[in-house]
Amino acid sequence: MALATAPMRSGSVPVHDPTAADLERLATFPHVVVSWVDDDGYPQSVATSFEVDAPALGISLVRPAGPQIPLDRELSVTGSHIRPQPGIGYDERRYLQLWGRASAAGPDGRAAFSPARVWGWDEAEVPFFEYSERSVPQSRRYLAALSAEKGRKIRPRLSLFWLILRTTRLPFLSTTAVSVLLGIAIAATDGAFTWWTALLTLVGGSLAHLAINVTNDIFDTLSGADEANTTPTQFSGGSRVAIYDLVTVPQLSILAVALFAAAAAIGILLVILTESLLLLGIGAAGIAVGVLYTAPPFKLVYRGLGEIAVLIGFGPIMLLGAYVVQTGRLALEPLVVSLTIGILVALILFVNEIPDRRGDAAAGKRTLPVRFSPMAVQTGYLVAAVVALALIAAGVGIGLLPWPTLIALLGLPLAYRVYGGLKVNYDSPYTLMAVMGRNVNLTLAVGGLLLVAYVATLVWSALRP
Amino acid sequence: MGWLPDPVERLLEVALVAEVTVIGRNRRPITHPLIPLYDGERIYLHSSTLFSKKLEHLKRDPHIAISLSDPVAMKGNPDRATIQGTATIIEEDPHSDWERLILELWRRKEPAIDAFLKARVALPLFFERAVISVTPERCLYWADGRTDAAPADSRAPRTEAA
Repeated sequence: MALATAPMRSGSVPVHDPTAADLERLATFPHVVVSWVDDDGYPQSVATSFEVDAPALGISLVRPAGPQIPLDRELSVTGSHIRPQPGIGYDERRYLQLWGRASAAGPDGRAAFSPARVWGWDEAEVPFFEYSERSVPQSRRYLAALSAEKGRKIRPRLSLFWLILRTTRLPFLSTTAVSVLLGIAIAATDGAFTWWTALLTLVGGSLAHLAINVTNDIFDTLSGADEANTTPTQFSGGSRVAIYDLVTVPQLSILAVALFAAAAAIGILLVILTESLLLLGIGAAGIAVGVLYTAPPFKLVYRGLGEIAVLIGFGPIMLLGAYVVQTGRLALEPLVVSLTIGILVALILFVNEIPDRRGDAAAGKRTLPVRFSPMAVQTGYLVAAVVALALIAAGVGIGLLPWPTLIALLGLPLAYRVYGGLKVNYDSPYTLMAVMGRNVNLTLAVGGLLLVAYVATLVWSALRP
Repeated sequence: MGWLPDPVERLLEVALVAEVTVIGRNRRPITHPLIPLYDGERIYLHSSTLFSKKLEHLKRDPHIAISLSDPVAMKGNPDRATIQGTATIIEEDPHSDWERLILELWRRKEPAIDAFLKARVALPLFFERAVISVTPERCLYWADGRTDAAPADSRAPRTEAA
């Protein structure tokens, strides 16, 4: 049926000339509401029955009793539908509105309506969240006009807690915690552990991560990449606080500088305390990777190198850095584990870039999902996830890692489920959200299992006679 | 106190959607599906700043019509009505005015709104809203939704001249 494939314009798209598909769509509504401006200057509306002749682009309207459908002015004809869902709200929202004029030429005394323009929305085709995102410019225009009218700045607001959470994308800190805690745990199994330097490392790493998140938002806002993305999710599309005018770009810049400065101060303190130039190098590399991730001229994520940057940042830099803070030296064991965690965190970025790929492409952000076909991205995901876990098995095989770390292989089925989810939901940003969540859980699960393995190793060696 | 006929008040109390028509540029009628709220005297509509074109139209011309036509959206009640009136926009503070003025009415009709409100952080602009307060002036009522029969036509009692 033509209806299923008819292009539907969202409310953010200008009205268009009517097509037969529009009229076929109107025919699915049980009645229409006919509206016009009456002689007293009020809008008038009346519901009525109708029939469509889609090929002829004609609609015949049963003339209601009471207010007469006028033949001398513009009318609108609207079909509207929702399905109430008691206790939940409603769904299946759709409406279609056509403008035109009526004549007395309809059959059986009906009015013949000839549409000239049409617009509508169907949430089955343009989901509500996407429709809302497309409407953000209208919100900005309205609030700017309202501010001018009232003579004071009127901006959207969030409570401070939610604003901080949204601006910094705080929940993603869990990945930093996994990396840093694993570095500390491995160091502890090597007999090195100081609780307060461990705590400082966790705080410093977290501040650096938040600084990078905010910096990323600044550059994605300035480049237009976030604005071009009309299908953001809780995992992708940036914090959007500047796009929504909840925070200005200068405010974000101050926050980013403050977070970087605090992270650097903690890093310098740790370098002084540990007297480790190695740590200084790792910290400097971490800040460089974080800034160059989105900042010009390098803009690593814009060149398809974001995954490599994240792998290095959340793998060797975070995990190995935490290990170096405790032990003062490099070692192969934490390097292997850091590569596993780095790959898995990079895969979070990789999957989260999938729903962003159209907006990213429009803004010249050539991420891997922009560059490669869906099949290549899906296969690449599975291969990378398997490699990440195979590194653990190989590490145990050559006697580098303790055998309890094999428990991390329990993450394999979850990785396969993510792969399956990518295949099914690749083109659907909102159903992909569950897959993105599962992918984050994969990193947390593998990281958590490795932590358990190292704590068990620690306990075993403490209890061993 | 309100003057709307009882059957129309019953429609307003249950309707999840009304077809609300405002006057756009060039006197063009523009219809929006909106949830109507009723406090026994005035009808309240509300609009996110995201979908605020209708507010711009109402600022130019405050005349408005509210059509109640869909039995599915009115708990199966087949009656139909159209209410004409004049709108006032309340937008001093789009962040919180609406919560103070209409949240209780909204919650009564659509309890799920509380769950959405808890997730305000996910869609902050959706909850920046202006309230449209409508003073009803004329009402057409079609029992059983029979718009092929003449409607009952009622008008607001005239306010006495000062």
